Formats: sequence, C-alpha cells, structure tokens
Amino acid sequence: MRISDNFKVLNYKEAVFDLDDERGDDWLLKDLFRSKQKYVTIKQREEVDSSAQPEQQGKKELPDGLWKKCEQCNQIIYHKDLEKNLKVCPKCQYHFRIGAWERIKILVDPGSFKELFANITSCDPLNFPEYQEKISKSKKITELKEGVVTGTAKIGGVPLVLGVMDFNFIGGSMGSALGEKLVRLFEYALTHELPVVTVSAAGGARMQEGILSLMQMATTCQAVNRLAEKSILFISILTDPTTGGVFASFASQGDIIIAEPGALIGFAGARVIQQTTRQTLPPGFQRSEFLLEHGIIDLIVNRKELRNTLARLLRFHQRRKLEIS
Amino acid sequence: MANGSNYNLDFEKPLKELEKRIEEIRVFAEEKKIDMSEEIARIEDKSRKLKKEIYEKLTPWQKVQIARHPKRPTLLEYSELIFNGFIELHGDRLYRDDPALVGGLAYLDDIPVTILGQQKGKDTKENIYRNFGMPHPEGYRKAIRLMKQAEKFGRPVITFVDVAGAFPGKEAEERGQGEAVAKAIMEMGALTVPIIVVVTGEGGSGGALAIGTGDRVLMLEHAYYSVISPEGCASILWKNATEASKAAEVLRLTANDLLELEVIDEVIPEPLGGAHTDPVSTAATIKESLCHNLWELLHRDSQELLVMRYNKFRKMGRYIEE
Ligand SMILES: [Zn+2]
Repeated sequence: MRISDNFKVLNYKEAVFDLDDERGDDWLLKDLFRSKQKYVTIKQREEVDSSAQPEQQGKKELPDGLWKKCEQCNQIIYHKDLEKNLKVCPKCQYHFRIGAWERIKILVDPGSFKELFANITSCDPLNFPEYQEKISKSKKITELKEGVVTGTAKIGGVPLVLGVMDFNFIGGSMGSALGEKLVRLFEYALTHELPVVTVSAAGGARMQEGILSLMQMATTCQAVNRLAEKSILFISILTDPTTGGVFASFASQGDIIIAEPGALIGFAGARVIQQTTRQTLPPGFQRSEFLLEHGIIDLIVNRKELRNTLARLLRFHQRRKLEIS
Repeated sequence: MANGSNYNLDFEKPLKELEKRIEEIRVFAEEKKIDMSEEIARIEDKSRKLKKEIYEKLTPWQKVQIARHPKRPTLLEYSELIFNGFIELHGDRLYRDDPALVGGLAYLDDIPVTILGQQKGKDTKENIYRNFGMPHPEGYRKAIRLMKQAEKFGRPVITFVDVAGAFPGKEAEERGQGEAVAKAIMEMGALTVPIIVVVTGEGGSGGALAIGTGDRVLMLEHAYYSVISPEGCASILWKNATEASKAAEVLRLTANDLLELEVIDEVIPEPLGGAHTDPVSTAATIKESLCHNLWELLHRDSQELLVMRYNKFRKMGRYIEE
C-alpha cells in the first residue's frame, strides 16, 4: 500500500493506449496489468468527462508491480517514476509517446482548456475496406472521436488555440475530419486573433479516404497561410513520429518549429528510401537532432521544458503598442 | 523501368494479335499477288470495334498502366504542341537546377503564361538524368520561384502534373522535402494570378499536390491521382503489392472518380488508345480546355481568385458533424 498511496493515474485514455500499443510487448506482468486495468476502466469510465481536465479525476489505486522498459536504454522504470517524469526515461531522456489529453495536461495552465469542434468525426466516403472497423476500434482505444483534440487554452496566462494529435487514432493520420478540425481551429484563431500551437504525432495521410485525405494537406496549408493576414503566431510542435503528409503540410510551416528530442520526423519513410535508392542512412537519420542540423526546425525542447518554452515564446509575440515619444 | 519498345499494355493483347494477323495477310497477299483487301478491311473493322470496346471498359488499374506509359507525352512535348515561344528557365537560386521539374515562359495563343511541371525521361539515360520525373526539394523550390515570378509580372500559371510520387531519397530528406512541398502548396494558395493545373499522367500523392492547388484542376481521361500508389496501398492492405489492381479500385483514383468526388473540375478526353497514340490531337484538346478555363479566370480580380481558391479546397473533405 505504501506504493499506491501516491499513485496517480493521469487519465484512463492513456492507460488503455499503452495496453493496445503495438509495442506493448515490453510490458512486464502484462496479463496481471490487463486484468486489473479493466477494473479501473469501468470505474473511471463513469467519471470521464471529455471536457474535464484529467487531473480532476483524482487519485486512483493501481496494483504495484507495474514496470516499463525504456525502448532506448532498456532501463526498467517504475510506472510511477515514469509518470512523474512526464513519460521521459529518467536515465536516457527517451521520450515515450503520449496521448492527446495527456499532452494537453502537460502543456496548458490547469483548468484552462476548453474543447472546440468535438463533434466532428470521420465517415467512410469511399466505402474503403475495413475503414469503419478501424474508426470504431480507434474510438474505443483512445476515447476520442477523431485523431486531434482542438480547443482554446492558456499557457503562462497567454490565451491561444491548441490542436493536439493522437498517434493512437489510426496512426494520427490526417483524414477529412482531422483536417476539418484543424482548419476550423486555424480559422477560429484568425477570427479571434489568437496564437496557434499544434502538436503533431502522425503517420501521414489517411489512406482510407484516398484523394480526399491528400486534399487536407492543401486546406490546412492554405488555412495556415491566412494567419499571416493578421500576423498570427503559429508554433508547430513535432513529436514522435511526424511523417508523410502531416509533415509535408501545416506541421512544417510554423513560424517556429519545435521538436521533442529523438522524434522521428520526415517525409518519406526510411525503409522506402533504402529499398528505392539502396542508400545507407546515417545513424539518427530523420531524428529531431538531424533536422536541427539540417536547418529544418528551430528548436529541440525536452518535454519537461516545453510548457516553459511555449510560455516564453508566446509572451514574445503578445500584442503591445510600442509608444514612441 | 520499362522503356517505350517493350512496355506492353496486357489488356491490348487481343488487339495486337489482330494487328499481327492483318500484317501476315498483307505479306501473304503480296507474295501470292492476290487481292485480300476485303479480308483485311474486315479484320481492321473488327480491330477498331474491339479497341473501342476495350477502351470504354478500362479498369482503374489499366488506366494506371496507360498513365505510366513511357511514351506518354511529357511537359516538354506539350510545351511545343500547346504553347508558342517556350523559353525554359532554370534553377531554384538556392542549391541547383532540378531536371525533374521544368518550367519557363510561353504563350498560350497570345497570352503570356508561366508553365511548369514534372518531367520524365524518354529513355533510361534521360530518366536517370531526370530522376524518373521525381523532383528533389530544389525542384519544388524552382516551381515556387517561377510562380512568384509569374505573380510579379501578372502572368497566369499553368502546371502539368506527372509524377509517380515524392522522391524517397536521403538528400531529399536532408534538404527538407516536406517543407518544400508544404511551402509550394502554401504559396499557390496565396498567388494572386490565375492557376490552372492539368494532371496529365501520374498524380502521385504529395509530389503531385505540391504543384496541384489551382483555381481549376483538369485531368486527362486516363491519368490517375491518388494519395498513395496502388502498389503501396496493396502492400499495406493485403501485404501484397501484386494486389495493386484491387487497390486501384478501392482508392477511387481515376479522372471520373475525382470528378464525382468534386476534387477536379473537368476531364479532358484522350484519343482512342491513349494520349501516347496521338500527342498532337491530345495537345489540341488540352489547349481548348486551357483556353476556355483561363478565359473565365481572367475575368476575376485577384481578391476574388484567392477567396474562390480557398473555398474550393476548403469544401473537399467529407466528415460527420454529430
Ligand atoms: Zn532510457
């Protein structure tokens, strides 16, 4: 009981995400965890309010014996320590992937997030094989209606609009609904003259919507472009992974582009590059540090510093009248 | 990759057989000095009918094969057949000239325009030089430069899309291919002169869209335009690239599909047998379509164009609002 006293689950969504993660094999005592987790799931489901702050959910008791192995250094980390460290390996600083709500909690001033456009969700315009099943499964796993959560918030007291993608929703892929939510967010920012922050975690376009998903690259790019009309700041945060059509559209067009350390960021996949060109790719290819070196991003910021950095950047861009006497 | 002489459209096999038979009869009649013109005319008629039948019922995958035909006319051919006085301009002013994306000045009738697009090679040697028509970031940056130049001098822009897809290469990534594609899309959204896009062959995902956001998007009858290649889609869906024909069906990538989905504005018909069988008449049809579309666009002021262009792409998504 000593262990569970201070144990705090960030939220239900993220716990389930880890279970269904394709890389979930590295969970130790997985079966035990799974059975216990179900119990928590049922209990929490009643309390989850999609607009509520995760921290309002309070302390939860979980069984001990929850450990996770770091993907990078193989360190076995106690779940509680990992949570406390914002899912960054205390030993090697490896940044684990996190869900949209977990990210929002880390970034914004407590209680400041108000969700917008929450009712927009994907349909199956091409009647594409297995797409409906994929959507329902993702909805279940993530408890999201779409792969991006959009809304208004404050960071360091500065109001802004925020769009956070969730890689667990069909690989964070950009289909019509996701594109629509982002474009509405950009348009909202333009109307209300608010700065924009997006957090990308995406594998590219959503193949199941065919050409319509490709066109989301066009709409999001054009919406970003219009922000210039009113000198609206756009900060794009790239997290692991940001690739394909998401990187090749709005995400690479921030006034300021920030990446988390070690994130995979690029357009074409490394495997395809190797197969097509037979080139040997250097270690660290398409990682944040590689992109910084090649002049494609502005900053690499550790997750623990992200909120602070954002607050500073936002403050730099706050509208002030310069009075010259 | 196949070159012109050994690239076979397998669905044309019955046609090829008929043609072979006609040739055999001709040789035979010549040798024996007998008149077989009636027989020849009969088979020729049959061949024509069969060709029409085949081309009326082309599957999406068969269209993809036509779109990839090595003899399919490219931008440099169209630049002579559709336009007058073409002058090619080179370079992105940043890194190098990318031969996979060509562009320059030309007259459409007597209207000065900027034309640009991906350029495939006609043989293996040229294809290697032109990277099989797949631009590097500097190609997209050249496109941006030429479009901004067109804007400065009030010239409409006409782009020709024919690309298998964005190039998967180490250098392309190092030089920020994703950023270059996105920037091209963004700049096109804000360009104050009319833009017409013609998808002439392959409309391969991001590489195509990079020069694809125009006031009008036209598409040749047998061209295709897709978020992913049919092979790529098949290997994801069925773990098997040979299921590409099935993938071509589900992706809805033909010109008619895109017209139905309201992603393009017009389908430009091709001669029977595909554009490569008659580049001159294909060019004439494209020119006709370009002229009437440009005529309409020239009547709008730039502010109107920008709003129209934004709304055009803005309404393309399909989603549910609960
Ligand atoms: Zn570690």
